Amino acid sequence: MRESAAQKTPAPGRYGRHGLPRRLKHDTLIELDHVTFGYEPSRTILDDLSLRFARGKVTAILGGSGSGKTTLLRLIGGIARASKGSVTFDGEIIDARDRSQLLRLRRRMGMLFQFGALFTDLTVFDNVAFPLREHSGLSEAMVRDIVLMKLHAVGLRGAADLRIAEVSGGMSRRIALARAIALDPDLIMYDEPFAGLDLISMGVAANLIRTLNGATGATSLVVSHDVPQCMAISDHVILMATGGRIVAQGTPAELMASADPETRQFVRGEPDGPIKFHYPARTLAEDYGLAEPAAEDAAA
Amino acid sequence: MITDALAGLGAHSLRVLRTFGRAALFFADLLVHVPAALRRFSLVVRQIHAIGNRSLLIILASGLAVGFVLALQMYYALVTYGATESLGLIVNLTLVRELGPVVTALLFAGRAGTSLTAEIGLMKAGEQLSAMEMMAVDPRSRVLAPRFVGGIISMPLLAVLFSAIGILGAWFVGVLLIGLDSGNFWSLMQSRVDVWRDVGNGVVKSFAFGIVCTAVALYQGYETQATPEGVAYATTRTVVVSSLSVLALDFMLTALMFSRP
Repeated sequence: MRESAAQKTPAPGRYGRHGLPRRLKHDTLIELDHVTFGYEPSRTILDDLSLRFARGKVTAILGGSGSGKTTLLRLIGGIARASKGSVTFDGEIIDARDRSQLLRLRRRMGMLFQFGALFTDLTVFDNVAFPLREHSGLSEAMVRDIVLMKLHAVGLRGAADLRIAEVSGGMSRRIALARAIALDPDLIMYDEPFAGLDLISMGVAANLIRTLNGATGATSLVVSHDVPQCMAISDHVILMATGGRIVAQGTPAELMASADPETRQFVRGEPDGPIKFHYPARTLAEDYGLAEPAAEDAAA
Repeated sequence: MITDALAGLGAHSLRVLRTFGRAALFFADLLVHVPAALRRFSLVVRQIHAIGNRSLLIILASGLAVGFVLALQMYYALVTYGATESLGLIVNLTLVRELGPVVTALLFAGRAGTSLTAEIGLMKAGEQLSAMEMMAVDPRSRVLAPRFVGGIISMPLLAVLFSAIGILGAWFVGVLLIGLDSGNFWSLMQSRVDVWRDVGNGVVKSFAFGIVCTAVALYQGYETQATPEGVAYATTRTVVVSSLSVLALDFMLTALMFSRP
């Protein structure tokens, strides 16, 4: 169950968006091989990380803040470039300097950003239509039908004509989700899809991720802090710690039953354990200038 | 002590050189993406509306005010020498050769430049540019290049309008308020102002200022730190860098264009 265990799940026998069978070369869609990355040379976010993501499965990536979960998605999307190691997507090593390769591969990816990243100068409809108009070459009537279909899936068909400034945070996330799936991508990456959602929207979003995965055969990566929702919808769960260290990975049931103290603390949300709540600091006595009685006695 | 100072100087020089290098690469990149923007001209038209049309009020108001003041100041100077009939000619040359392009560029940097920087900076902060990249849409073609072309097209048009309204303002003050001869005002202008040498060079200047101001605004927005204070700092830098660049460039262009009498 520890680091870099390959997932042995069979690829789904579904069809791609062009009516052709998906490539079934191997079960792994994405592979990170000894990846090291830091936004600054002095601060390493991911250190020698190796991981595989199974094709057609929902994989949840859990971990505390600053463990490099979002960075992992950015590396897979080619927004960031690994300083060491390689990221492979469907057998092709992603080179963030090769723009034509990136653009080609990104047409097969959809990403739901943490705060939606909707285009604020466009309406809800135009936001979802954006990737279709840029890439599909479909007629405007066809674009309209697809957009309404996607908005219907997230329950916002009636909000199509609203401006982004007029929608709530939760609605923004759902619109972004509709936009991310507009082109029926092979890989959908969700960055904190449940953050800021009310309980109903959270349940709907979780079901939607699961349903979309089943309906389209896409591979889904869900980065989240929400343990119950992720455990409910995922086929595989990866638990990350600071520096991109893999604490544990396996099925939700395996992680929930784990005896490892770090895993137990995280999945149960326990305050005490190997994961410290406080950032490393001096002692309270030192910060408040309180003399240690023992030290005073010794000095006397 | 001396070693530290030298090291600090070296580090600062390297930072400056790096900034120039990044700016040069950014500018080259913009130029590479201009054809893509021209192919989707509707995006450029939208930017001409956003950059040019929305700057129109401040440009026209400033042009009129400059025309008023220029006519008064020139009149006070010319009346001493009994040369008030040259008022129209002098105002015209001052506006089309210098004040029109330069003041328009400074106003453009303050109005449209800051708006472009803030817009791009906030798009970056809100991950809209990253989202675009993830949708396999190059933000340089879709966002930056149309704004760049829109700015370049808008600036000469605004400068021409600034000069035109300034001349009308000067006519209002000189002819209607002071009582100078209207025929003199226009005829001297007509006979002594050369379309290519005076008006043409003014337009060329404003075209160059359009390139500089728009490129600086876009660069500052694109390179900004994605934080509220980063965006605020970038908009300030846009005004400072654009204004200083326009003034320096104006001196060089004037020396090149009008060195022969």
